Amino acid sequence: MKKLLLILIASLSLLGATVASANEGGITWDKAPNNTTDLASLQRGAKLFVNYCLNCHSAAFMRYNRLKDIGITEQQIKDNLLFTTDKVGDTMKSNIDPKQAKAWFGANPPDLTVISRSRSSHAGSGADYIYTYLRTYYRDPTKATGWNNLAYPNVAMPNVLWELQGTRHPVYTKHEEHGAEVEVFKGWEQDTPGQLSSVEYDQAVGDLVSYLQWMSEPAQNTRVRVGVWVVLFLLCFTFVAWRLNAAYWKDIR
Amino acid sequence: MAEFKEISPHASNGEKLLNWVDNRFPLSKMYKEHLSEYYAPKNFNFFYFFGSLAILVLVIQILTGIFLVMHYKPDATVAFASVEYIMRDVPWGWLIRYMHSTGASAFFIVVYMHMFRGLIYGSYRKPRELVWIFGCAIFLCLMAEAFMGYLLPWGQMSYWGAQVIVNLFAAVPFVGPDLALLIRGDYVVGDATLNRFFSFHVIAVPLVLLGLVVAHIIALHEVGSNNPDGVEIKATKGPDGIPLDGIPFHPYYTVHDILGVSVFLLVFTSIIFFAPEVGGYFLEYNNFIPADPLKTPLHIAPVWYFTPYYSMLRATTDVMVNVLSLIAALAAGFVVLKTALNSKGKAITVIGAAVLIVLLKTFDAKFWGVVVMGGAVVMLFFLPWLDHSPVKSIRYRPTWHKTLYALFVVFFVVLGYLGIQPPSEIGTLIAQVGTIYYFGFFLLMPWWTQLGEFKLVPDRVTFEAH
Repeated sequence: MKKLLLILIASLSLLGATVASANEGGITWDKAPNNTTDLASLQRGAKLFVNYCLNCHSAAFMRYNRLKDIGITEQQIKDNLLFTTDKVGDTMKSNIDPKQAKAWFGANPPDLTVISRSRSSHAGSGADYIYTYLRTYYRDPTKATGWNNLAYPNVAMPNVLWELQGTRHPVYTKHEEHGAEVEVFKGWEQDTPGQLSSVEYDQAVGDLVSYLQWMSEPAQNTRVRVGVWVVLFLLCFTFVAWRLNAAYWKDIR
Repeated sequence: MAEFKEISPHASNGEKLLNWVDNRFPLSKMYKEHLSEYYAPKNFNFFYFFGSLAILVLVIQILTGIFLVMHYKPDATVAFASVEYIMRDVPWGWLIRYMHSTGASAFFIVVYMHMFRGLIYGSYRKPRELVWIFGCAIFLCLMAEAFMGYLLPWGQMSYWGAQVIVNLFAAVPFVGPDLALLIRGDYVVGDATLNRFFSFHVIAVPLVLLGLVVAHIIALHEVGSNNPDGVEIKATKGPDGIPLDGIPFHPYYTVHDILGVSVFLLVFTSIIFFAPEVGGYFLEYNNFIPADPLKTPLHIAPVWYFTPYYSMLRATTDVMVNVLSLIAALAAGFVVLKTALNSKGKAITVIGAAVLIVLLKTFDAKFWGVVVMGGAVVMLFFLPWLDHSPVKSIRYRPTWHKTLYALFVVFFVVLGYLGIQPPSEIGTLIAQVGTIYYFGFFLLMPWWTQLGEFKLVPDRVTFEAH
């Protein structure tokens, strides 16, 4: 049996050496900050979300009063975040008519409730993707909206946060590779300033992305908290079970 | 019928109650037969935890399933929303859902380990053929259960996975398209499909599954458990008629299994509470997008536990069909030239191979892919009659047998890995080699399992006291 296991391990490690993981195209995603335990950051994110995203996108599985979980009172929700016709127990519907949206953008703005989960891939978490995406818009006069995006080329959505970010364009350097000239993304150059500095803008997007991440699974931090206790209990129980087993089996020769 | 037993009027109330029940239902008898006087070999190792763990996971799936059905809505327009409702608005709904989704993958891990145990220790050999066959039927049911359950969250992967797999049935000659229509209940996967899959997933298949599990255990307790040495413990009994190497299941294996359950739950709950998606393998990222019949995902792959078989399906290309035809022709030629079969037998072999080759070349490779995929599972049922080795356990087989088993596991894992990846030329080639190895491993068993130097099997099990 031990020999079999050894052979197995040996052959599996050989396999690991030969199978190289293929890297997907596109830009690498920046690491998003995870502020899902920082209530102030989540509240700022919620504010940005309601003001900038919810006009076109819905969060149809998210109830307004769930925002109480991130420290916003029911009165605050009613006063600041609700559209006039909504009730506090309603889910976050968008204002836009889906048919009009389709006509304007060529696609329906996707629901954002679980967007940060669905956008995950082996390139990074969904939060990383959105964090990168919201920070890589640039002016492109060839597009209908006047905007294009590095993380999502030819995206239908314009840069709704442009007042905050200002306008920028990517800078490329050209260099020879295998006899052909290729453009490599180097960085950004600010064209017009926004209301926020570059650092402040990154922080604001970080808040928004943390909110999206929290909204995709509001129980995520409760889950981890409960999990710690469950695992601690099971560790103790395993010890008891181990000793109980030994007590019975000591008679078996 | 057992004799009616009177009990002393001075007996305790508990004893009186038990006597009352025993006169009407074989409670004490069953307790003895299946627990306190079921003698199991004392040398069980790590691999023997997975039988009881499979029962545990089955119970978890049934209990969590009951609570999920209380809130889930099998309707294409609201199914996705009802799952999110469970995740958000139902108190502790997220826990129930994660237990069920993690349980599905855990079930396959546990069952694959359980089957591997049976494979290496020869637990399918006489007299345990029916134990094995019931087990294979359970595996088949489990696959149906998992496949249909996976449609229910109505995400993109649910939808397109079901679309791809149901379309496979359309490749069956003559009746294929009608068969696919019958399964879907519509021309595309839709509300009708969701409803019938729901019905099968929550009642039809679980009923069969439970019946088979009972049959599996009854058959096992009739013949007794095998063990890592492949020694029949019933062959060496003490003067009291109890096998010398046997110990009562209760309490020895109950306390043993409690330890196993505890360690299993440590891993299981760690996944549920700290990484329920397991990097997109237990819960696929794409499945957080509601099903959209107009938008095909770039890359559709089944959940990890189906991928070894899915790989075999994809490996069956036109080239592969030609290779299989060549193998059939070579095999027939070998039988004719090298074996002592009579002329009638040889004629039948040649005609059989010719018919097979004609069929292989007549029907679409896609159909043969389905045959290969199904055949890979069906093959397992015949294992008791394929293995002709003089010993049961791998412990007493020649070392190169162990290498063959190790290669089998490696190819199975590689096939699983390749099934997750998008198709590639080199990947397909490796999958083809793996597929041929998988089938060769089983189909050539009557030949290779007899070869080599076998070690002497002891009369008693090997056991070191703890």
